[in-house]
Amino acid sequence: MNMDNILLDVKNLRAGIEGKEILKGVNLTVRPGEVHAIMGPNGAGKSTLSSVLAGDPSFIVTEGEVNFHGVNLLELAPENRSHEGLFLSFQYPVEIPGVSMVNFMRAALNAKRKYFNQEPLSASEFLKLMRQKREVVELDNKLASRSVNEGFSGGEKKRNEIFQMAVLEPRLSILDETDSGLDIDALRIVAGGVNKLKTSDNATIVITHYQRLLDYIKPDFVHVLYKGRIVRTGGPELALTLEERGYDWIKQEIDNK
Amino acid sequence: MSALSQYIEIFDSHRATIEAKSAEVMNLCRQDARNRLEGKRLPQKGTEGYEKTSIEDMFAPDFGVNINRVNIPVDVSLSFKCDVPNMSTIMAFVVNDSFVPSSTLHNKMPQGVIIDSLAKVATENPQLVSRYYNQLADNDNEAVALNTMLAQDGVMIYVPRGVVMERPIQLVNIFNSAAPLMGVRRLVIVVEEGAKAQLLICDHTQNSEYRYLSSQVIEAFVGQNASLDIYDIEESSDTTSRYSQLYARQERDSQLIVNGVTLTGGVTRNDYHIELVGDNCTSTLGGMAIGSGHQHIDNNSDVRHLSAHCNSNQLFKCVLDEESTGAFEGAIYVAPGAQFTEAYQSNRNLLASKSARMHTKPQLEIYNDDVKCSHGATTGQLDADALFYMRSRGIPEQEARTMLMQAFMVDVIDMVKMEGLRDRLRHLVEKRFYGQQASCADCGVTCRDPKKD
Repeated sequence: MNMDNILLDVKNLRAGIEGKEILKGVNLTVRPGEVHAIMGPNGAGKSTLSSVLAGDPSFIVTEGEVNFHGVNLLELAPENRSHEGLFLSFQYPVEIPGVSMVNFMRAALNAKRKYFNQEPLSASEFLKLMRQKREVVELDNKLASRSVNEGFSGGEKKRNEIFQMAVLEPRLSILDETDSGLDIDALRIVAGGVNKLKTSDNATIVITHYQRLLDYIKPDFVHVLYKGRIVRTGGPELALTLEERGYDWIKQEIDNK
Repeated sequence: MSALSQYIEIFDSHRATIEAKSAEVMNLCRQDARNRLEGKRLPQKGTEGYEKTSIEDMFAPDFGVNINRVNIPVDVSLSFKCDVPNMSTIMAFVVNDSFVPSSTLHNKMPQGVIIDSLAKVATENPQLVSRYYNQLADNDNEAVALNTMLAQDGVMIYVPRGVVMERPIQLVNIFNSAAPLMGVRRLVIVVEEGAKAQLLICDHTQNSEYRYLSSQVIEAFVGQNASLDIYDIEESSDTTSRYSQLYARQERDSQLIVNGVTLTGGVTRNDYHIELVGDNCTSTLGGMAIGSGHQHIDNNSDVRHLSAHCNSNQLFKCVLDEESTGAFEGAIYVAPGAQFTEAYQSNRNLLASKSARMHTKPQLEIYNDDVKCSHGATTGQLDADALFYMRSRGIPEQEARTMLMQAFMVDVIDMVKMEGLRDRLRHLVEKRFYGQQASCADCGVTCRDPKKD
């Protein structure tokens, strides 16, 4: 782990939707090679944090800074955040009837290449890349010829997210409740895909309710998000404590302050 | 002076010329049409059936009518590149409102098939044409009567009993003139018992310096167990308006597909009247319109189930951007006795800008218990979740919007049965959404022979 190099630096981030503040001063530092888990009770703001980082226009940022390897992330359009290496695996991947997976991925990949002044991939290079990356999550070729997520099962949708992550090779991946709706086999495949993609240069933020996923994707840090703030940070053991004792003791501690 | 009166005046003062340059069969219908127009006006906005489109305004400019049948030198057969890749068609042209054969038209024709100038066929074979000409079109409609009063030529397509045409027929309608012009276009399509034909019509404007109006009446007769597909693609200019009225009649066990595609144009109004007069017919009616700028597109359908065990399916989709406006009014009528009818209608619209407007009015009229009918209409915006999902993967917003608009049209394109045309349409729609001149194979440049330019 490189301690000098900061990949993501979130300072006092405040954001909300329709006038309601949800994030109330989040601080978070992520370095290359690290895996961070963000846990917390329902409504704590976990998904809001991932949406705000990815640039979902329905959320308004009211205060704070986000530095992403030297770039002011909050100033970038969602597509440019992606090009700069941010990837969000959606809790609920969106179905897009009429847009084929192939066209979708080609558009995404070539937009990124254009951003870095590279020529678009040739058809054969592109198909070869798709084939290689599909193997990471054992995604069926048949799914690749269908419309984006349309008619995919819950497990297939999540595998498709990790497939896209494999293609785009992000520097920071945020996995928003990737384990929700997955049976144990699908979970193993998805987590296996994430682990295969892990290098010393990239980092992962895993947002989850349960310890279960963290058995497969080992975190270096575990954070508890509650009422829009990170209220506790620890090592992997914190996740085990939460699994055993729930969130109530942390809630009480914070609420009594 | 109403718009109509200027055309009545042309007829009254030039009747002899009009008739001399046409055919007896067509001339015989003129006086009746003229009489029906006495004291009438063309429908204005707000008239029943014309709530959002003024036909009066459409016809009001001082359009000329080519009553002397002056040839406009358009070298279509040499230079026109409106071919559909991977699809060999039997091609003919209608320049303004005159029939122009392609150089290879006649040697490609299957035995007994006629694809020719309506006036010519009506002169050579009046018994055949009089059996069909002006038999379906409703001359109580002022725009139809106006067309009947002035029409001098057009196209006759006749596919005799049992002939299955392997190659599609392609008609290319072209406007090109040195003054504002109304094209009085008339099509008669006859597909006899057990015969099969596919027709592709493309509308183009070559010289958009002037304003044009296409007044088009199509009469289509689909015989017992016959099959007819009509794909009608409008790719004209914003100086070109169009009022196209299709009247089709289906005999028992027949199949009809009509798919109208509006890519570019000025003001467009399409009427589709389909009568299912025999049992066990299948009728598929699709429409797709893409509007931008100040385009206005109005589709109007009327599917009449007059017999039992028929199935009809209508799907009209519209994407409107910028200041464009659209309208859809669709009716399903199920007559007493038309039992076991299945009739569906769907109109779905996407508004891509704040100022685009859509008006939709679906109607069902059912006089029978034993039917399955449904209709639905929606008008909405692009799916914000899908848009963000695509952007989060790096697809720029404008491109993501374009991809979503294109995706919205996929099911109408899938109604097309000709594979080559489906691919072509996907390409044309893509080009259209990317804001490029959506002309067939870049024909905006190559319509005229480059050597002559």
